[in-house]
Amino acid sequence: MNTNDKTTEVAKERKHGSLWYEAWVRFRRNKLAMLGLIMVVALLIVAIFAPQLAPYDPFKQLIWTEGKAAKLAAPSEIHLMGTDLYGRDILSRVMFGARISLQIGIFATIVSLMIGIPLGAMAGYFGGWVDDLISWLINVIFAFPFFLFVLAIIAVFNNPSMMVVFVAIGLVTWVPVARITRAQFISLREREYVEAAKALGIPTSRIIFAHILPNAVAPVIVQATLGLGSIIMVEAGLAFLGFGAQPPTPSWGLMISVGQKYLATGQWWWAIFPGMAIMYTVLAFNFVGDGLRDALDVRLKR
Amino acid sequence: MFTYIMRRILYTIPVVWGVVTAVFILVNVVPGDPAMILMGQRGDPETLAKIRHDLGIDLPLHKQYINFMSQLIRGDLGTSYRTNEKVSTAIMGRLGATARLALWALILGTVIGVAAGIVSAVKQYSVFDYSAMIIAIAGVSAPVFWVGLLLLLIFAYGLGWLPGAGYGDGSWKYLILPVITLGVRPGALTARLTRSCMLEVLNQDYIRTAKAKGLAGNVVVMKHALKNAMIPVVTIVGTQIASLLSGAVLTETIFAWPGVGRLSVEALIARDFPMIRGTVIFMALIFLVANLIVDISYGLFDPRIRYD
Repeated sequence: MNTNDKTTEVAKERKHGSLWYEAWVRFRRNKLAMLGLIMVVALLIVAIFAPQLAPYDPFKQLIWTEGKAAKLAAPSEIHLMGTDLYGRDILSRVMFGARISLQIGIFATIVSLMIGIPLGAMAGYFGGWVDDLISWLINVIFAFPFFLFVLAIIAVFNNPSMMVVFVAIGLVTWVPVARITRAQFISLREREYVEAAKALGIPTSRIIFAHILPNAVAPVIVQATLGLGSIIMVEAGLAFLGFGAQPPTPSWGLMISVGQKYLATGQWWWAIFPGMAIMYTVLAFNFVGDGLRDALDVRLKR
Repeated sequence: MFTYIMRRILYTIPVVWGVVTAVFILVNVVPGDPAMILMGQRGDPETLAKIRHDLGIDLPLHKQYINFMSQLIRGDLGTSYRTNEKVSTAIMGRLGATARLALWALILGTVIGVAAGIVSAVKQYSVFDYSAMIIAIAGVSAPVFWVGLLLLLIFAYGLGWLPGAGYGDGSWKYLILPVITLGVRPGALTARLTRSCMLEVLNQDYIRTAKAKGLAGNVVVMKHALKNAMIPVVTIVGTQIASLLSGAVLTETIFAWPGVGRLSVEALIARDFPMIRGTVIFMALIFLVANLIVDISYGLFDPRIRYD
């Protein structure tokens, strides 16, 4: 490649924007990733506009308005996913459940990023005893079967609020974020631009957050997207065991937990449809996460 | 090699200490008075004080910590609030059921996952490949407890082929559904990983050489490619154990399986703190030991890996 080619290429890159534009071009070509993106957008629309989109009030016990027929009714044109024991429309509850799941998923992810990025950055940037200490903490948290650990954190609180639930999840899921950030910082801290910034006397905190972090952020975003799906799954498991959202909240895990008692008697729809919603959500975030990983050309160490 | 093993064991010690201390902090320092929880609103101050004294939680924290650590070193995990049983005895009594469930799930998941992954890679973009990968990605995305309920719905309540929840007389009929439930996730992960590693290896020069010198296709796949493709698959066995232990908590709850996972959930619901502490520590230790073994055997099996 001669110099001429190189300059035109650089010019082209400038014109089209940055790494992010290139990534978007690659992402758009990936069918599975685009499918995932559409699924996520659809889910967001359902969650935001649940009151407008849901055919019924998710809390309203239709048993009083439509008589006995509304109780544990099988899926039909009136109730696409049937109704539960209290005559509540399951489709409406599943739609409102998207709000709960996404809220927990997003807030817990924010908590995990707020812990994981600074700790990983410090471990990677400073090395030495700081790294030893933070890596030790990472290994300790990593050693717990994390579902059980989250359960234990929630159980020690008397009346866990939703705040406790997502902080507890975030307290455990920061570990992969920190590992990835640390690895990025280790490979970036020796770069010339960091040396240059140091030589100019720029404060360390600025070097970490303004100079290195923007270059380290791609794999963290991939991890956060993939993590969101698994956080939603964990939350469903917590609610299933009675440690997450409490009745009458239309939480997917909780609906499965109550609905499972009616599986043996043939009213399968109560427990099965919310599970499909969980699977749909996790699948959507996994597709997007995998697509981002390929588009940003990130190799995650797991 | 010997120094590596020793060093690896030494590295594990501070992690074990961290795990134990984290659980102590969680259970003994975090808000919530166990005496209040045990007695509910009924307790008068004297009863509460007596319970606190019996539990040893009226002592200053550092004394509690010293007591806790010195008991732990002697293998004493304390006594359950709920049943007055020794925590270690309760765990040992339930360990067999969990081990049976988790080991079969790991074996089933690995065998089916590896087999499906190989066929998918060799016949890339075939109908088999697409269907196997769709099943695998669904398996990774479906919540464990929901998979279990679905299986119960179909095979126990619907078709009536297998018994519902419970340990029964311990026969294999009761084992099938829980094992499949717990094995789906490791199986799906293994299948995806095996496929991608096989594809990577199959594109390498030495495979082309082997084919060019006229070796049969399946000999190349089984003898030349598989060996190298398996290294990442073996490495994730350690991670799989962690997800098996987490999955066992939910699987055992659905199937009323008398294992350590269900024991921990019962303890959590009853807020039986010594039992919670004991089961969490126990599971974390299993994970650490399993990973230690995986790491060491990884070094033994792959001579290219050098440690300094």
